[in-house]
Amino acid sequence: MNRFIKVTGILMLSGSILAGCGEDVSHETQEKEASAGTEVSNTEKEVSAYKQFAIEQLDEFVKATEGFTEAVKAGDAEKAKELYAPARMYFERSEPIAESFGDLDPRIDARLADIQAEGQGEEEWSGYHKIEYGLWEEGTTKGYEETADQLLKDVKELRAKVETVEVTPDLMITGAVDLLNEVSTSKITGEEEIYSHTDLYDFKANVEGAEKIFEIFKEKLTEKDAGLVKQLDENFTVLDELLAKYEDGNGGYVSYEKLTQEDTKALSAAVDNLGEPLSQMAIVVE
Amino acid sequence: MNTKKEKSFFEKGFSRREMLKTAVIGSAGMILGATGFSGILTAFGETPFVDDNQESRNKVNFYGKHQSGILTKNPEHAYFVSLNCTAKSKAELKGMFQLWTRYSVQLMNGQLVEPGSANKLLPAPDTGEAVGLDASHLTLTFGVGPSLFEKKELGLEHMKPEDLKDLPHFPKDQLDPRYVGGDICIQACADDPQVAFHAVRNLIRAARGLVTMRWSQTGFNSYGIKDKEKMTPRNLFAFKDGTGNPNVDDPKEMDEVVWVQPGESKSWMTGGSYLAFRRIQMHLETWDRTALREQEATFGRHRDTGAPIGKSDEFSDMEIERKENGKSVVPENSHVFLARQVKDRMLRRSFSYSDGINADTGSFDAGLLFISFQKNPQQFINIQNSFGRVDKLNEYITHRGSALFACFPGVKKGSYLGAGLFD
Repeated sequence: MNRFIKVTGILMLSGSILAGCGEDVSHETQEKEASAGTEVSNTEKEVSAYKQFAIEQLDEFVKATEGFTEAVKAGDAEKAKELYAPARMYFERSEPIAESFGDLDPRIDARLADIQAEGQGEEEWSGYHKIEYGLWEEGTTKGYEETADQLLKDVKELRAKVETVEVTPDLMITGAVDLLNEVSTSKITGEEEIYSHTDLYDFKANVEGAEKIFEIFKEKLTEKDAGLVKQLDENFTVLDELLAKYEDGNGGYVSYEKLTQEDTKALSAAVDNLGEPLSQMAIVVE
Repeated sequence: MNTKKEKSFFEKGFSRREMLKTAVIGSAGMILGATGFSGILTAFGETPFVDDNQESRNKVNFYGKHQSGILTKNPEHAYFVSLNCTAKSKAELKGMFQLWTRYSVQLMNGQLVEPGSANKLLPAPDTGEAVGLDASHLTLTFGVGPSLFEKKELGLEHMKPEDLKDLPHFPKDQLDPRYVGGDICIQACADDPQVAFHAVRNLIRAARGLVTMRWSQTGFNSYGIKDKEKMTPRNLFAFKDGTGNPNVDDPKEMDEVVWVQPGESKSWMTGGSYLAFRRIQMHLETWDRTALREQEATFGRHRDTGAPIGKSDEFSDMEIERKENGKSVVPENSHVFLARQVKDRMLRRSFSYSDGINADTGSFDAGLLFISFQKNPQQFINIQNSFGRVDKLNEYITHRGSALFACFPGVKKGSYLGAGLFD
């Protein structure tokens, strides 16, 4: 969710940079260049494959959220805790799409810190992380029934709206890098799941989301730069293998609290090593 | 990649100062092979030759018999970084140093490390914060630590110089593991801290996957000007630091003190030098409540002039044996007196640092980024041992970081950093 706020920030910032050097680089030139790169190649197949992927993920997200919210409403905190992290993975995988809806994303995925950063009060807080707080901090589902109802409604709305999203190569390319940036800025620091410490689930899902986009572009990318594809394949493998070290043996991941500083440093380096060449994926539109 | 265009870029270079101007005329001129950057990430080894550009403003040459960062007088800002090597083979490491050779020349020319691309969906190949700034006397100095030679996958064990080993434990050392050792070091010095930082940032970015950062330390020096000459800088204790240095313009003296001579070490080290790094915390609060006479007795020099105690000129002979009423004029437990008890010399290149506050005590976290160059680490070790437990300065300082690196000799045109080690 914090992505949403960040994007606005970046837009404002780049606006001011442009204004700052207006005499040197005209806006017109900038825009022309920005569009020049994207109209060259035909990416219809890739775009529709990605949309298909996002729809599948969000279909599963609705189902998993149904299970989760049912457990919350039935007062079964243990069950809800079990379902929480796996359910969120569908969302985290398809986050570049979910983020297109500036209002829904925060309603589903805001952390308390995000709400406060926007100058809103705790009463505005809703979604997964609010229930996370109830489950892990208070050890209860009591009082969270309405939040659960609203969450399911929001998730269904998200699923319905996905049909209307205009998926572009830009969205996919930017999305893949953003997914890794998410990992670097909040998952690797344990700031995404501050009560449940299930950050590694989100971590894994973000990486899978980025990898999916790479897989979709792979054929085209190989034509442009086979070396880059080989390097990305290798770097994804390194990261996947590193993450696999933290599997808990029951299909999930160990708590973020179990990670040492050496662990997080190694994970962070693997993400950076992957992110740098991944940012070169944009050559696919040339 | 369009090789013809690429060549013209590397031949001409692209000045950071010219960049904004050119952008107005039309960006076509600066935008070259669009996929250029991914090329450097995936195809190490084939890196075109770039020469020092004598027309660059405030430029120090990269190529030469010795690394110019050791020879350059009066550096103002330093960004020093120690790296872990994660390369899986000698070939990968060699490729990295070849790329770093080209990048270093370009950075020291005040050029972008890579040309821009027309594709704005790509990140810019040069991180850009030095655009509009000239070369700023940037120097880049590279070295390798003892741990690099223990990496089996690199197969460099037999190339390790005998003298290259971790510095021994010295009396009063309180080392913080966060500032110890390293496989590779880069020392970036420049008139401008942003130019130094930009250089290191771009080198590391281009080598992602082959190195990770272990620790870094920034430092600064300020020089008073007298008769158009820079004066010896003062450390944060306000004393002049570096007065007894060998003259870097005197090749004979440098050969005696700083440069490894043929036959003195592994052949790849001939013309190179050993870099000793110490991060020395200075306890400013206790120093500031110490009487000036005590402070001067601690160093063995007068504070304002930098002259030996009892004299008035900074460069007067120390005449360490001077006595008054049977007692040494320069106190026997002073820093200078102890340093003179050994015949060894070294080239000191120290910088002050200020890293915020110590979270535990609320006091300044400030001190000295101590760097010295010598042809044999034993020179530094002997001098440091001479301070032992008696050095009066020990009351006011704590050594927190330590590392030793073997700095390559200079690079011949057409060759690359560390060629003697990797070929």
